[in-house]
Amino acid sequence: MGSYVPNTLQEQQEMLQSIGKKQIGDLFSSIPEKVRLNRELDLPSGLSEMEVSNRMRQIAEKNRVFKSVFRGAGAYRHYIPSIVKQITSKEEFVTAYTPYQAEISQGVLQSIFEFQTMICELTGMDVANASVYDGATAAAEAIIMCAEKKRKKAIISETVHPHTIEVIKTYCSGLDIEVVVAPGSQGKTGRSQLEKLLDDTTACVIIQQPNFYGQLEDCEEIGALTSQNGAKYIISCNPISLGILKTPAEYGADIAVGEGQPLGIPLSFGGPYLGFMASKEKMMRKLPGRIVGETKDANGNRAFVLTLQAREQHIRREKASSNICSNQALCAMTAAVYLDAMGREGLIQAATLSMSKAHYLAEQLCKMDGFRMVYEGEYFNEFVTTCPGDVDEILSELEKRGILGGYPLTGKHKGQILWCATEVNTKEEIDTLVAILKEVAV
Amino acid sequence: MNENIFFTKTHEWVQFLDDTTVRIGLTDYAQSELGDLVFVNLPEEGDEVYVGDAFADVESVKAVSEVYCPVTGTISKINEELLDHPELINSDPMEAWFIEVEDVSEKGELLTEDEYNDFISQEG
Amino acid sequence: MKLIFEKGKEGRGCSLLPPSDVPVIRLGEKHQRKQELHLPQVSETELSRHYTELMKRTFGVNDGFYPLGSCTMKYNPKINEDISKIPEFADIHPLQPEHTVQGCLEVMALAEKYLSEITGMDLFTLQPAAGAHGEYTGLQLIRAYHLSRGDGKRDKILVPDSAHGTNPASAAMAGFKVINVPSTEDGYVDIEALRNAAGEDTAGFMLTNPNTLGLFEEHILEITDIIHQAGGLNYYDGANLNAILGIARPGDMGFDVVHLNLHKTFSTPHGGGGPGSGPVGCKAILADYLPSPTVKQDSDGSFYLEYDHEGSIGRVKAFYGNFLVVVRALTYILTLGKEGLKQVSESAVLNANYMMHHLKDTYPVVYPDKCMHEFVISLENLKKEKGITALDVAKAMLDYGIHPPTMYFPLIIHEALMVEPTETETKETLDEVIAIYKEIYQEALEHPERMHGYPRKAAIGRPDEVGAARNPILRYKYNND
Repeated sequence: MGSYVPNTLQEQQEMLQSIGKKQIGDLFSSIPEKVRLNRELDLPSGLSEMEVSNRMRQIAEKNRVFKSVFRGAGAYRHYIPSIVKQITSKEEFVTAYTPYQAEISQGVLQSIFEFQTMICELTGMDVANASVYDGATAAAEAIIMCAEKKRKKAIISETVHPHTIEVIKTYCSGLDIEVVVAPGSQGKTGRSQLEKLLDDTTACVIIQQPNFYGQLEDCEEIGALTSQNGAKYIISCNPISLGILKTPAEYGADIAVGEGQPLGIPLSFGGPYLGFMASKEKMMRKLPGRIVGETKDANGNRAFVLTLQAREQHIRREKASSNICSNQALCAMTAAVYLDAMGREGLIQAATLSMSKAHYLAEQLCKMDGFRMVYEGEYFNEFVTTCPGDVDEILSELEKRGILGGYPLTGKHKGQILWCATEVNTKEEIDTLVAILKEVAV
Repeated sequence: MNENIFFTKTHEWVQFLDDTTVRIGLTDYAQSELGDLVFVNLPEEGDEVYVGDAFADVESVKAVSEVYCPVTGTISKINEELLDHPELINSDPMEAWFIEVEDVSEKGELLTEDEYNDFISQEG
Repeated sequence: MKLIFEKGKEGRGCSLLPPSDVPVIRLGEKHQRKQELHLPQVSETELSRHYTELMKRTFGVNDGFYPLGSCTMKYNPKINEDISKIPEFADIHPLQPEHTVQGCLEVMALAEKYLSEITGMDLFTLQPAAGAHGEYTGLQLIRAYHLSRGDGKRDKILVPDSAHGTNPASAAMAGFKVINVPSTEDGYVDIEALRNAAGEDTAGFMLTNPNTLGLFEEHILEITDIIHQAGGLNYYDGANLNAILGIARPGDMGFDVVHLNLHKTFSTPHGGGGPGSGPVGCKAILADYLPSPTVKQDSDGSFYLEYDHEGSIGRVKAFYGNFLVVVRALTYILTLGKEGLKQVSESAVLNANYMMHHLKDTYPVVYPDKCMHEFVISLENLKKEKGITALDVAKAMLDYGIHPPTMYFPLIIHEALMVEPTETETKETLDEVIAIYKEIYQEALEHPERMHGYPRKAAIGRPDEVGAARNPILRYKYNND
């Protein structure tokens, strides 16, 4: 425990003497007696590195790492190239501060600029920010971007991820923005219901593509309805799918947001993840958070800086549209390296494989009695099936054999399973899963 | 200098186009204090404004400053050129008007050019 | 240096994924992407070298002294990194059944327990992803508290004029109006002004202690009492906790809710701007409103997540928070233990006092009599006399291989530099740095004209920020579109 406080007692004594103090306690004289702790913290004593390592690993062993994962629902196991882990472990990148001092931070700034560019390429948008905490908060921030004096109603499809809907409700509660959840119909957003909800107080409509149930929404049609109404259109998207799927821009969105975890970030029990936000140029100055821009220095060299800072909290304070201070810089760099390594062909491949494996899984499952697709529409790499027998028991049997089965849905979907496959699930794994299910379920 | 132009202690200029219509901008003193301006946030046509309201703000790289309205009335025009060229406020402050206000009913404290020049020489 | 998009060639790439072992399925026409997708086409060699080039243009705590006031840029222990990367933590799906994630839940429960003890709070949530996010969450707790008591007229949050920008911004986002409370000339909260401002419409007061000038508010009990008497709650911004670990606790100073910055006080790395973590702790009176889910322990010792607790403000983030950041912080707390944490603060405060004492004959230290873990310099006079600004001095430091302190904060001090050395610096480093600071000041006095040209040795000179803001170029544009 001493190595992070390098100065020895001897050195501390020397330092105290040089500033005319006798003991460390003298430096804390301004803390009134009544407020002092005056006892030890009720914590264990410090440990050597070896002991700490053992202790933490002991705790970790109580977790189960599954060999095969068929569960998504907002967190996806994709293949992470080794170069991604290597580069994002470099000490300079890990331990650097926010790049306010541009001259010595060109590395971080350029990597964010490259990230912003790639998010624009993926989503088809004009500008992107340097990232926010996660996909759910990105969606909430996007809604806040759209709220205007006379338009304060935000319509969210029921088919958006439940956590996203919850975060949006929390964020809007303080801000006088009305949140209306548009009901789903057969696994997608109900268009006629949506039409009824749209009026001239609507600030925005937000759809997830693919949606929480894996279904592909009629995004173009919904976009037309939304823009006819004069409201803004926000699409929350899956970055891997954008290798092959129509972009939010092609669907007519004004703002694209999403969860960047699939881009090289491990499952991490839910965090840290990566929220991305991109918009058309006309909404550029409403984007919250950090943005990196290109400029020149006095010698004409290309240089990168944090720009448009006058939007942000450290300048606007209570008039800032968002309080966000940090971004998820290292996670954004992770995504950037992932996209660099995969390239266009690799991303298309990851998307195609994910989709193909999921369709193969669905086909094999539905050959068995009691498993059938709940929704008819086109899907990417997630889908919902019914289940013969008790969902928990079946998943428990899979678990015994090292398989994390699909996600058991709740509420009115109780008894249904949301399955997911990605490029990491081999045909063999899928066949094994199906064989086990045949044994235990049917 | 035009006799119809007045100044405020918060460094705006007000030009009376007629008795109840004005144009409002920032003074040379203001722009030199603020430094290079990079963006202006303007209100909308049709908005009501009141004496003392912050009706717009200007951004430099490291700061935001509010622009205050010296009159009460309705905004009839906004100068959209400033949105694309905020640097005009620095280069040509007396020409770079922000808004036009019509149906002016009340006025705040307005100084003549001489009074304003006295005021800023005391401030600095 | 080139962008990655300016490197590589058509057809280059890495061979990362195998061909499909199942029938290939394609999207129907309706949803097929038609818009061109441009991504880099580079080999692994080029990619590796690109990031090595970028790394050489980056300055981390491993590169040198980093005394950013209010940021606590302490050393980031490598054991924390190793532990956060083991598959049993990194490869866990957030929606696994609870009995398969008992380790994760135990990490969270332990972190909450230790952070409660360190801060004198009763409960914690680890959901907020950063300090500002924590502030927002804490303010939502305050809002929920008043609303549940039918006290909806309390719509104001009081904030000192020396506060970090996130404080008023978070308050506004939570639906409050912000009232600024002035500081006295001595740098403390003006108690009379606070007394006048506090009233029936006060929801709460936000403060950090030590404050952003590096001074401990000695009248803290009086301050928090004023707010309680008025019916409001007290919010502690934990940014400066590094000064008082094991010595004093916000919970004993009259604070009802706190946020912590794990990436400051608890050694998790800054990552170039994130990810951090901003856990929020509170007294029992706010327990009902905490974000959902909360971590609980059953009578048989197993952990579970409690959802649907009545009164919760809901979620502020998907899943449970920045879990792997919490892993690092817990590793740190276990390493230091009860004695170590106190030594952190003692040494942090000693290092700051040492630097301040040896600089104050040269530099205008605003409050030279004492400081806690950080101190503020004002170069206002230097600017008047020689035209040298805090920015000029900071840029000169870059050429000496040290990171500048925080510039232009707090706003109530002109041409401010806020210095926080932290406890992880050696005496030799402090001595070297003190000499550098003095050399720079000498130069500012004798050769002021040279000062505007710094830095000269960095990858770039001073960038044109005005141009960047007037004509934003926020992405690379491919030519063949």
